[in-house]
Amino acid sequence: MKINTKQRKLVKILSIMVLLVILLLLISLNLGVVKISPMNVFQTLIGNGTPKDQFVLLELRLPRMVLAILIGAGLAVSGSILQAISKNDLAEPGIIGINAGAGFAVVLFIFTFQGTMTGLSALGIWLLPIFAFLGALTAAALIYILAWKKGINPIRLVLVGIGVNSGFGAAITIMQIKMNPQDFMKAAVWLSGDIWGTNWNFVIAILPWFILLIPYAIWKSHTLNILSLGDQLAIGLGTSVERERLKVLLVAVAIAGFCVAAGGGISFLGLVAPHIARKIMGPKHQLILPVAAIIGSFILLLSDAIGQNLLSPTQISVGIVVAIISAPYFIYLLMKTN
Amino acid sequence: MREGNAILVSRHLDTKNENNKGRKLVRNSSLLVISIILLILFIGMSISVGAANIKLSTVWKAVFQFNPNIQAHQIIQEIRLPRTLGAALVGAALAVSGAILQGITRNPLASPSILGVSDGAAFALVICLVYIPTATMAEQSVASFIGAGIATAIIFGISALAKGGVSPAKLALAGVAISSLFRSITTAIALHYQVAENMSFWYAGGLSKVNWQGVSILSIVCVVGIVIATMLAKGITILSLGEEVSKGLGQNTFFVKTMAFIIVLLLTGAAVSVAGPIGFIGLVIPHITRFIVGSDYRWIIPASALLGAILLVLSDSVARLVNAPFETPVGAITAIIGVPFFLYLARGEGSRR
Repeated sequence: MKINTKQRKLVKILSIMVLLVILLLLISLNLGVVKISPMNVFQTLIGNGTPKDQFVLLELRLPRMVLAILIGAGLAVSGSILQAISKNDLAEPGIIGINAGAGFAVVLFIFTFQGTMTGLSALGIWLLPIFAFLGALTAAALIYILAWKKGINPIRLVLVGIGVNSGFGAAITIMQIKMNPQDFMKAAVWLSGDIWGTNWNFVIAILPWFILLIPYAIWKSHTLNILSLGDQLAIGLGTSVERERLKVLLVAVAIAGFCVAAGGGISFLGLVAPHIARKIMGPKHQLILPVAAIIGSFILLLSDAIGQNLLSPTQISVGIVVAIISAPYFIYLLMKTN
Repeated sequence: MREGNAILVSRHLDTKNENNKGRKLVRNSSLLVISIILLILFIGMSISVGAANIKLSTVWKAVFQFNPNIQAHQIIQEIRLPRTLGAALVGAALAVSGAILQGITRNPLASPSILGVSDGAAFALVICLVYIPTATMAEQSVASFIGAGIATAIIFGISALAKGGVSPAKLALAGVAISSLFRSITTAIALHYQVAENMSFWYAGGLSKVNWQGVSILSIVCVVGIVIATMLAKGITILSLGEEVSKGLGQNTFFVKTMAFIIVLLLTGAAVSVAGPIGFIGLVIPHITRFIVGSDYRWIIPASALLGAILLVLSDSVARLVNAPFETPVGAITAIIGVPFFLYLARGEGSRR
């Protein structure tokens, strides 16, 4: 009976959120430097648009929005997993060094090719995300290896994460100081979060991984429920803790790596989306993960639309908008619930 | 976090063991003595090295037999001495703040920045840079102190107004939310008005602007703050075992928490307004200290003050030397010196169980 009401609530919230996301998608398709009326958007979507509308909508705006949806969902799922396995409310990909690893790789890249890349060359657009992804993986591997001592202890994992984060952060600061002003700005914008792979190739490159990894994470919800109870209890319940934790940790890191590669250092979203979902749905990860994912997508899509249009033609980094719009709601939830 | 408590509790019970207690007393007192000697040594070294190298004997004379006609004495009295003392005080203030916050929020990820101090200060400073570009150094410091106070007041207000009252978890989350909010607005303003590079130098922290005025304010705040913190230490240790334990033992948790927050605000606010938000020290020194002296805050507070001071004095000398005559951001140096040490100690964590 209770399960049923929970499931009904899940279906209800998911459908509301999906509708909101679609609505937001349609609205933000209209907006931008080139305004396109809703009627023309509709015509273009069913294939009757002018070549110019088709180009702007289908080649520029839509892939960017699809990416925003994917990254938002990914960060939320990754954050939920990390909070569950570290049993720490403040855990998110940013705080345990994964973003910093990616940021280090990107800053290193910009620094090495200093000045030779005016604007963003075609090569840069392709190489940067790869660098970012490799950086994220390196950081994760480093954290795991350093925290490994006959198994992984969640507290040690968090502590080592802080250390790795500080180390990469220091390296980023030192390189940034040595940069020329243009490269410096480029790095600063990337570090505060910016969706830039705005073409379909990019979407195609990461979409399969998300289709694979996010459902896998949801399928592993039961494991997350048990792991978040603590190791002793988990072992008592017959879970092979180490192996299971490694699996979900790898999923979280891989998702975070793809998100960072595509969206830069967007912080706070991975922290806040799981908390909002938990406040709405309770402690079960079967319910938290899907809700967190859709909330993440919604927040990021909304933030991107605002960042692109509010001060147009000046763009505000999406990571900045995320914190500005989600912090107040998060605080409201914090004050309302016990 | 729950597991963290278990560790803290078990370690606390450990110290009940008499044998253990005696050994711990000897070990911890000798650590304090060694730290004091090291600190004095590093302070002497830090004063003598720099663009012009000055012999230690001259340093001694400049301090105790000051002669205004000798240039080296002038350099030491006017530049090096305040800077080095400032580094020691800032390091101590940040480390103690971090230790207190980690104790009362019971979260190893807590650091002075979750009280919004650095981000509130940065916000006030960016406003100052953009709208009052003529403000002097001292006025900027005052502005950042006010910003720090406002951010902390908001965070504390939110968790106090929340249903169920102030809880450590709620405070940490509200702190992160408000800090992120302030940081984002600061970044947006900085990028929009093209003061991002100035801000990034400020964010990196630095002691080059410390003067005697700053040192005198810092030393008053530090002495008062650290003395009160040491007096509160027993209460903080009990709080770090959990809210229920603390109430069960008849402790006035509200009083301890409020006093602790006021101390943290004063210490961090003073440190940040003098030297910018030097990261890492407030987060990591308390952990390093805890690995060495155990979970009793009567030891943790003085020991973190000393270790924080040592790390910052050392880092500041390195920051002046590696790329002379340019200065390297000291926050980056503290991390580079401290991270390997921290990772080594963190690997030991958990194996002791």
